[in-house]
Amino acid sequence: MSSGIGASVKRKEDKRFTTGKGKYTDDVRNDNQAYAAFVRSPHAHARVKGIDTSAAMAMDGVIDVLNGQQLTGDGIGNIICGWAITSKDGSPMNMGAWSALATEKVRYVGDAVAVVIAETQALARIAAEAVDVDYEELPVAASVLTSMKDGAPQIHENAPGNQIYDWELGDEAAADAGLASATHITSLDLTNNRLSPNPMEPRSAVAKYDDAEDHYTLYTTSQNPHVARLVLSAFYNVAPEHKLRVIAPDVGGGFGAKIYIYPEEITCLWASMKTNRSVKWTSDRSEAFITDAHGRDHVTSAKMGFDDAGKIVGFKVDTIANIGAYMSLFSSSVPTYLYAPLLSGQYNIQNIHCNVRTYYTNTVPVDAYRGAGRPEATYLVERMMETAAREMGMDPAELRRRNFIQEFPHQTPVLMQYDAGDFPKILEMAQETADVAGFPARRAEAEARGKLRGIGYSTFIEACGLAPSKAAGSLGAGVGLWESAEVRVNPVGSIEILTGSHSHGQGHETTFAQVVADRFGVPIENVQIVHGDTDKVQFGMGTYGSRSGPVGMSAVAKALDKVEAKVRKIAAHALEASEDDIVIEGGEVKVAGTDKSMAWHEVGLAAYIAHNLPEGMEPGLKESAFFDPVNFSFPSGAFICEVEVDPDTGTTEIVQFTSADDFGTIINPMIVEGQVHGGVTQGIGQALLEQVVYDEDGQLLNGSYMDYTMPRAADVPSFHVQHHETPSPNNPLGVKGCGEAGAIGSPPAVINAITDAIGTNDLAMPATPQAVWRAIQAGAKSVAAE
Amino acid sequence: MDLTGEYRIAAPREVVWAALNDAEVLKACIPGCTELVKTSDTTMEAKVALKIGPVKAKFSGAVELQDIEAPQSYTIQGEGNGGVAGFAKGSADVLLTEDGEETILAFSSHAKVGGKLAQIGSRLINSTAKKLANKFFDSFHAQFNDEVPPD
Repeated sequence: MSSGIGASVKRKEDKRFTTGKGKYTDDVRNDNQAYAAFVRSPHAHARVKGIDTSAAMAMDGVIDVLNGQQLTGDGIGNIICGWAITSKDGSPMNMGAWSALATEKVRYVGDAVAVVIAETQALARIAAEAVDVDYEELPVAASVLTSMKDGAPQIHENAPGNQIYDWELGDEAAADAGLASATHITSLDLTNNRLSPNPMEPRSAVAKYDDAEDHYTLYTTSQNPHVARLVLSAFYNVAPEHKLRVIAPDVGGGFGAKIYIYPEEITCLWASMKTNRSVKWTSDRSEAFITDAHGRDHVTSAKMGFDDAGKIVGFKVDTIANIGAYMSLFSSSVPTYLYAPLLSGQYNIQNIHCNVRTYYTNTVPVDAYRGAGRPEATYLVERMMETAAREMGMDPAELRRRNFIQEFPHQTPVLMQYDAGDFPKILEMAQETADVAGFPARRAEAEARGKLRGIGYSTFIEACGLAPSKAAGSLGAGVGLWESAEVRVNPVGSIEILTGSHSHGQGHETTFAQVVADRFGVPIENVQIVHGDTDKVQFGMGTYGSRSGPVGMSAVAKALDKVEAKVRKIAAHALEASEDDIVIEGGEVKVAGTDKSMAWHEVGLAAYIAHNLPEGMEPGLKESAFFDPVNFSFPSGAFICEVEVDPDTGTTEIVQFTSADDFGTIINPMIVEGQVHGGVTQGIGQALLEQVVYDEDGQLLNGSYMDYTMPRAADVPSFHVQHHETPSPNNPLGVKGCGEAGAIGSPPAVINAITDAIGTNDLAMPATPQAVWRAIQAGAKSVAAE
Repeated sequence: MDLTGEYRIAAPREVVWAALNDAEVLKACIPGCTELVKTSDTTMEAKVALKIGPVKAKFSGAVELQDIEAPQSYTIQGEGNGGVAGFAKGSADVLLTEDGEETILAFSSHAKVGGKLAQIGSRLINSTAKKLANKFFDSFHAQFNDEVPPD
């Protein structure tokens, strides 16, 4: 069987993962290992009046107890947000100071005020309990609706009224004019529920300071070790880049939560210098709930106008987003440039305006979580389309079809230029597989059993492959978003690929090898992927925003081009043929139309022996490349969800879920299907089960798996996943990215199906049995009142 | 979280009132109380060990009696720090009404928890608080009729 592009090759990395041999950060044990435990605030907002560490310091095995005054005193810089958003009045965003250990104030439950370094983890935790912190409690703003009110508690001095920015995209006058010309206007008020990311492996950091070399090594659960090194060095002043090595070994899931550089990594590095010990911290699940950046948390009010023919003539959106207590690394970009540019969906809309205000609250910082901004946009657009179709008495699929973009490239009024797609085709594929024609009969059959059956659509688009560096820079990004790769062909012909992408479950060791196998016809066993170590890989921007395929693999493809060119020259010279006649296939380098050939490894050997190379050619066979995308890639999909609701209990069962996705070129269909399964499951989690709950005092009320409901196997059906490939013209492989599609597209499909089943549109996520039951009761009441 | 309740106690109001102001009685009745020391007529220092759901914590804190109208009513207010388990604070308005030779004790309390207690114990706070209140008043009740309080 081929192991090239398009083959469902089994994952190379799974042997170690399924036999317990993965090497994760917590598996690292250095000589002289010490352990950190953080002293965290139980209050959501309080002044720190004093920290008494004497009892902890007196305990046997306690090495040191360190606080924020010491940390800032040593010149460790504040944690920053790396994307500058400018308000519509031209003013810069109001970024409040965030010290890795709080100095004067704590701003959320979990904010760290001190760290205990001890000989064992258990000792560190016991000693942390003995640290006595004197807090003066302050009034709390636990939700964005509280924090934006006049007279709300002031969380950061430099953010008056807690506002971070008031930003807009699109032409407001045009959107107003469009709405004024509409014959039908649909209005919606939606909340995008706050989620906890919950990667399987909790965050961890092991820092080691070498005083002889004045050098630091950090093992950490990162999706982007180079970015971590850059930020730790340039902004947090931990050490200059050449004195800091960051290694992200096997990482068990990220979903965005492991992009950012958190207080714990900074503190461990600094503490390892202070104590001259290797310092390890590993989060437990309770700690993860109150320290890992949360996702979503939007409140939106929107209007969409339609003409007589059902064409969208205007779309106006007003969103309020919760940033949490501090601005995490990419927090500012999620409700702005990762959100509003997606509001055109798959539809040809000429007039769109979106206003976004963000506010601080006394909650865990909020940042990107699988999909990041795009699920929020998709939920709004697709709930809007379904609601409008119902109000206008139209088939929701037909309303979508009338508005689909049919020609590419397509320029939206909200920055994006879509690359390629075939929206009617994927909708048709999904409708056929889901047997939409047979739905009325299934609904009638369900009704006979006392169940309410409903069907819901979501036809969505996402922007992946972050991002053209120049464009990102013009929108405020603090970094370029290219990717790098290096291809090393060894003298024996085996190949190492060094990539700045980082795999934390995606299967890069397999798919990146497939790209190489496809190019040269070598077995994928002979290809090794090296990633996650700043000492090995020159540089890279990491993995998030479904960028490893469109950007990371493209850099590999570019480096392969260079290798291939050199191989042709070497072989043409050795075989006394023209370069143009050289064909590379099946592990051989041949002269077309002759029986002359060299085995792949013979070319590698020739390059390194260098006895017979073309005049002037350097020995060796190693090439590198940087790929900076010219545009985002735009995966699209059509999801159809079918549910049955028990009207007596409000329990929803997802009986059928169909996806038809266009990810462009697919490298490994099995892995892509796995990504869709995982993404859709997380989306179903958001739609039915998950929600972070704070009380009005800023206390997190559901910070454990007893209270925060993660989706389980029994909550999801067996998915029908299919693909249609329209390759992206903007990268060499035509890939678009598939990591987030499921989480982006599925929540509105689920809610559209439930609201179809129960016949009332007023239903918020998560649609728990209680929420659905209440919606049914309220719907019955309003019908009775009419 | 709010809780109210009413108990009939087979003792005259003055006797009940005296007991409500007796640190030794309170110590015997507060579930998990290992220490209760009067620091003035109206303030006490307390140490209490509690288990709420999966969280076990030793609280140390201050108790204060306010709005005293002997022998009829007071507000008892407490605030405890449980280390990494978080904190608990609350108050109860206690009202004694004479009913012949007996006394009716009515209370209305309000409590708040924070930190880990809220994070992983909030689901159990109401039932735990109810249980603790019942235990307190059962023990308190037993002070007057020599009964062994039920578990």
